[in-house]
Amino acid sequence: MQLTLAGVAKRVGAAMHLYPLDFALQSRAVTVLLGATQAGKTTLMRLMAGLDAPSQGRVLVDGHDVTGWPVRERNVAMVYQQFINYPSMRVFDNIASPLKLRGGLDRAAIDRRVRELAAKLHIDPFLDRLPAELSGGQQQRVALARALAKEAPLMLLDEPLVNLDYKLREELREELSALFASGDSTVVYATTEPTEALLLGGYTAVLDAGELLQYGPTAEVFHRPRSIRVARAFSDPPINLLAGHAVASEIQLTDGARLTVSLPTDAIPADATEAGVTAGIRAGALRVHSQPGDVALAGRVELAEISGSDTFVHVAATVGPLVAQLTGVHDFQLGAPITLYADPARIYVFDSRGALLIAPDFPGAR
Amino acid sequence: MARIDLDLAHSYLSDPKQDSDYALLPLQMSFVDGGAYALLGPSGCGKTTLLNIISGLVRPSQGAVRFDGADMTARSPQERNIAQVFQFPVVYDTMTVADNLAFPLRNRGVAPDRIKTRVGRIAEMLELSGQLNQRAAHLAADAKQKISLGRGLVREDVSAVLFDEPLTVIDPHLKWQLRRKLKEIHHELKLTLIYVTHDQVEALTFADQVVVMTRGQAVQIGTAAELFERPRHRFVGHFIGSPGMNFIPARWREGAIEVAGHRLPIAPALAERLSAAGEFMLGIRPEYVTQTEAGASGALPVEVSQVQDIGTYWLLAARAGETVLRARLNLASAAPDVGATVWLKVLGPHSCFYGGDQQLIAAGVEPEQPGASA
Repeated sequence: MQLTLAGVAKRVGAAMHLYPLDFALQSRAVTVLLGATQAGKTTLMRLMAGLDAPSQGRVLVDGHDVTGWPVRERNVAMVYQQFINYPSMRVFDNIASPLKLRGGLDRAAIDRRVRELAAKLHIDPFLDRLPAELSGGQQQRVALARALAKEAPLMLLDEPLVNLDYKLREELREELSALFASGDSTVVYATTEPTEALLLGGYTAVLDAGELLQYGPTAEVFHRPRSIRVARAFSDPPINLLAGHAVASEIQLTDGARLTVSLPTDAIPADATEAGVTAGIRAGALRVHSQPGDVALAGRVELAEISGSDTFVHVAATVGPLVAQLTGVHDFQLGAPITLYADPARIYVFDSRGALLIAPDFPGAR
Repeated sequence: MARIDLDLAHSYLSDPKQDSDYALLPLQMSFVDGGAYALLGPSGCGKTTLLNIISGLVRPSQGAVRFDGADMTARSPQERNIAQVFQFPVVYDTMTVADNLAFPLRNRGVAPDRIKTRVGRIAEMLELSGQLNQRAAHLAADAKQKISLGRGLVREDVSAVLFDEPLTVIDPHLKWQLRRKLKEIHHELKLTLIYVTHDQVEALTFADQVVVMTRGQAVQIGTAAELFERPRHRFVGHFIGSPGMNFIPARWREGAIEVAGHRLPIAPALAERLSAAGEFMLGIRPEYVTQTEAGASGALPVEVSQVQDIGTYWLLAARAGETVLRARLNLASAAPDVGATVWLKVLGPHSCFYGGDQQLIAAGVEPEQPGASA
């Protein structure tokens, strides 16, 4: 199904919840809506579902204008943060409900379909139980199975894993990716977590403060953020941003340190020396062992956060606060001196208005 | 402050018969004076029961709780002199921030000038100094939770301070700053801190010693590095890290490890232990799996099923027999194609071996170098 939003905006009273946007979603693929809380993800999803009408603009499904059609006349499946099931129905009947509603299927066919979905989501032992008798993760699996049973051409998931423990989240995300990969539905998946967007792959739309900032293949949006705002929204830990001025093929940072970056002269606007530029270094591009040609940034350790697979070292550097992402578990004493290194080829440069000037090469671009 | 020794088990049933009837299986554990501990595990693992037993809210059905050697099993939370911080802020809205922080001290009749000094110090550490005279009512959730943390930390004479998921209400962007504050405060005040969480970041960042729990059992107590490098139990390998440790069924056969139908000869150091085990699991973290040339020592041929660009690395999924192996590969190297056969090195200093009881039986292995023996 081809979903297109043409000049769609949403105003509530005097407040703009969503600024006018044009958005043609990739058909039969996953589109991740990435943004912080209040970025406009839920507002946008409600417009896509038909739960709300836009203040202006049109919603098109396969080229047909469906603006103003109520949700019951559209074929949409939704899954929310909260685990929403029919509390008085057994798990079996919860999953079967959209199939019964749709009609045209005999009991044996419904039975087969419910058991198949339940098996895929590992809830087949609980078909005779009530939702309240299940754990949170199992309840959300029931809600997901019901949404999948609908076989709707459009499936909307609003932070469906946010209320689960991280290991459950990991497991369920993987199962969902496999289910989405069938390409039967156009899937929209809202999340606040950049890593979740990367793990889901597909396409990503970055939203910030009610604006759609960029849309494209997930890896491409990550590696070539159009602006500082996109880079910020699509990095966890945050991208390191250093203010400076372009001087020949170097960036002179405000504290006097120099970053030698190969700045192609045609990429640098005339006012870059005067108005300044911003260098962006992703946390994963900083390291503690230098290699020839690296830029060195000295400071003191503020905290080493350990995620389990990585250590995020927060550093008070002379150029400002920095975060480095190191693979594995590393021990750092608070306040200890540290020098971080970066390969100049992995530094982003943004102009004074925050637009991307230079992005490092990335694998998919080759 | 006190050293806390636990030697106990707990069941909420009156007549427990099997392991699954216990919220906590028999455990012996000590918390040293001034240490920072975390109890980490999924919901239902028994971590909150353990915290409630330490605080005195729950009395263990077997065994004893000792503070500095004295039996406290039957004592109330007040008698144990424990401070607690909960998930959600507990503050008096009508009081000022200063009065909220002073409350636990006033309750115990601490001298006013002493209260003033201590409140001032705690407020400074938590960056609340500017708000001391404001009423708590209109503060944001994270400021209120800072007050709760301050109230937990304000008394100098407590046996221990217990935290139950205290950063739940904190905005994700502010969390690391509060984690840092808690660490600094621990270094400065030298209080015994015990922190319950299901979040690995929280536990591994905060604690010197992390207690990993599952199904009523404390399966390993160790530093973040120990839990990452040498999980003593398969659950630890699985639970710490995203994705967790890979486990591949393996067995000892005629002087080599056999994995997914492939023979991997090793140097003799571990041969005895592995041959005694017969069948076991080979554990290797995705961070330590590397791609090598075909036929390299300690490497397996696998079929690539998925390759994802995760921004800072390739996340590879590949099939070795019945098992899916995951590897984090350098983004600077070319990604293998889906369906291709590649060789992944799984034997090395980071390999771990687990027996049928899920426990670590051996770790770190030298693959036999071609031509080294025979």
